[in-house]
Amino acid sequence: MAKFNYVITDEVGLHARPAGLLAKQAKATGAKITLNCNGKSADASKLMAVMGRGVKKGMEVEVTVEGDNADAVAAEMETFFKENL
Amino acid sequence: MQVIQGKSIFGGIAIGPIIFFTKEQNQVKRSKIEDTAGEIARYEAAIITAQEQLGKLYEKALKEVGESGAQIFEVHQMMLEDDDYNDSVKNIIETQMVNAEYAVATTGDNFAEIFAAMEDEYFQARAVDMKDISERVINVLMGVGEVSGWEEPSIIVAEDLAPSETVQFDKSKLLGFVTRLGSSNSHTAILARTMNIPALIQIDIKEEWNGKMGIIDGFSGEFYIDPEPEVLEKYQEKKAEQEEHRRLLAEQKGKPTVTKSGKEIKLFANIGSVSDLPAAMGNDAGGIGLFRSEFLYLESGDYPTEDDQFKAYKMVAETMAGKKVIIRTLDIGADKQVDYFNLDKEENPAMGLRAIRICLTRPEIFKTQLRAILRASAFGNIAVMYPMIISVDEVRKIKEIMAEVKAELDAAGIQYGEVEQGIMIETPASVIISDLLAQEVDFFSIGTNDLTQYTLAIDRQNAKLDEFYNPHHEAVLRMIEMVVDNAHKAGIWAGICGELGADTGLTDRFMAMGVDELSVSPTFIYPVRQIIREYEGPTK
Repeated sequence: MAKFNYVITDEVGLHARPAGLLAKQAKATGAKITLNCNGKSADASKLMAVMGRGVKKGMEVEVTVEGDNADAVAAEMETFFKENL
Repeated sequence: MQVIQGKSIFGGIAIGPIIFFTKEQNQVKRSKIEDTAGEIARYEAAIITAQEQLGKLYEKALKEVGESGAQIFEVHQMMLEDDDYNDSVKNIIETQMVNAEYAVATTGDNFAEIFAAMEDEYFQARAVDMKDISERVINVLMGVGEVSGWEEPSIIVAEDLAPSETVQFDKSKLLGFVTRLGSSNSHTAILARTMNIPALIQIDIKEEWNGKMGIIDGFSGEFYIDPEPEVLEKYQEKKAEQEEHRRLLAEQKGKPTVTKSGKEIKLFANIGSVSDLPAAMGNDAGGIGLFRSEFLYLESGDYPTEDDQFKAYKMVAETMAGKKVIIRTLDIGADKQVDYFNLDKEENPAMGLRAIRICLTRPEIFKTQLRAILRASAFGNIAVMYPMIISVDEVRKIKEIMAEVKAELDAAGIQYGEVEQGIMIETPASVIISDLLAQEVDFFSIGTNDLTQYTLAIDRQNAKLDEFYNPHHEAVLRMIEMVVDNAHKAGIWAGICGELGADTGLTDRFMAMGVDELSVSPTFIYPVRQIIREYEGPTK
């Protein structure tokens, strides 16, 4: 398992479009990626669940990756967060 | 004729026949199904069709309104791919043995409720997306076609409009729209702004308006049904002016406000309330040079709370996204009566207990406002200015009060940003001692309306004095020059926020005087910018 933390800088927070892109990318990796924020978690491959967390600007999310190549996938996800959120 | 007040989400005038737009109401009925596997296959086929429709809408919107307006359809596509959504529909079909239409409607409602219950406005607004995607799938399942067109350019009146509906409309036949629901944060509102269509929300719509003549005033938020001939004529003129203005806009939009000699002028907008913001943004304001905070007091039945004020200031600061927002503190007085202030009737209200004089005699009111302004300053670039100043002592007292408020916030651990402090120069006294005042503050903003009235001793309200009144009186112009000189000597900037600032007959002279900022009504920004950009003379 690999994990990293990230503080959202996007003005609107983790909103629909990045959440959708995140879901797509998470699905493509085949790994189990979980988003934890404020004590609640969501499967990163599920757009509605991710949006339902209501993650706003300034909040810290913890992303955990389980499965093969967890470290590589985590690095890929971290890049995604930095570029999109 | 009927006139109804709504909330404008985009400025502009639209005149034309009203079409009352009713969605083909798909009464979704719940019916029992035996072949659940067949029903799920039917659902999966409908999703594919819905995805294709959304793909086409994305392409259409991309061409018409650009990437930011088209993204919503891409998002809708992603939403329809969501596992939770699809699992919910299939699960309902399987366990309840019901038709796909019912399962989709139920799922859509459930997801919409989850979003509607969220705290953040952005996420709340996503409830509409849930309903929109579900409706699309239901329409496919029921074999209902997409929105049909109409012949004549019209104003669309509807309960609410989904983004997929607004983009399907033929733009050449869409003059504007009026809805009962919708928020200024909805995709529909964003699309309306991108498409430059006047739009009103929060209007109690009636089906009987169908076919009648309508006028949308996107500046005042009024909707006229069956207008009187005079009103119609007035608006036709206004619309012609607006079109001329649009032409100017097309030329001036996005251009820097810089003279030929290279001096950049701050060209800001005056606003009277939060609802003027779209006009300021739409006209490319470089900032807000005068935010009249009185409206908060005039609209309220009692002293507005710190939180109410904070919300309004924060919203303006956030909307302007880092551009300067200058909030003028409370400027009411015996002429602008607010009952709960219990002010006495005065013989000479223009020279009475008003503006900063009220604030200094009743510091508790003033402190509440300053606290709200400081708290909001953590969310943008806020400056504050004080009206009706006549002495250095007043400014020092104000700064003491400001320091007290900051100390209170520090003690409570509440954050605030850097707030520039300036004063209005609108009394002859403040002009004469502007060299001394300049030592105390960060900027001057000249209020030419009051300054002219006090200097010429002419009451603007008295029509009999018109023959004596000269808005370009040399005395006032020399005063402005003196103020700018004294400001520059002290290393601070000086601007004009009164009506003269928008007087294009004086813009050249102001440039020659070295005026650094002009704050005007949003609609004057482009005409003034045009003159500044053509100004070839020297600047100070």
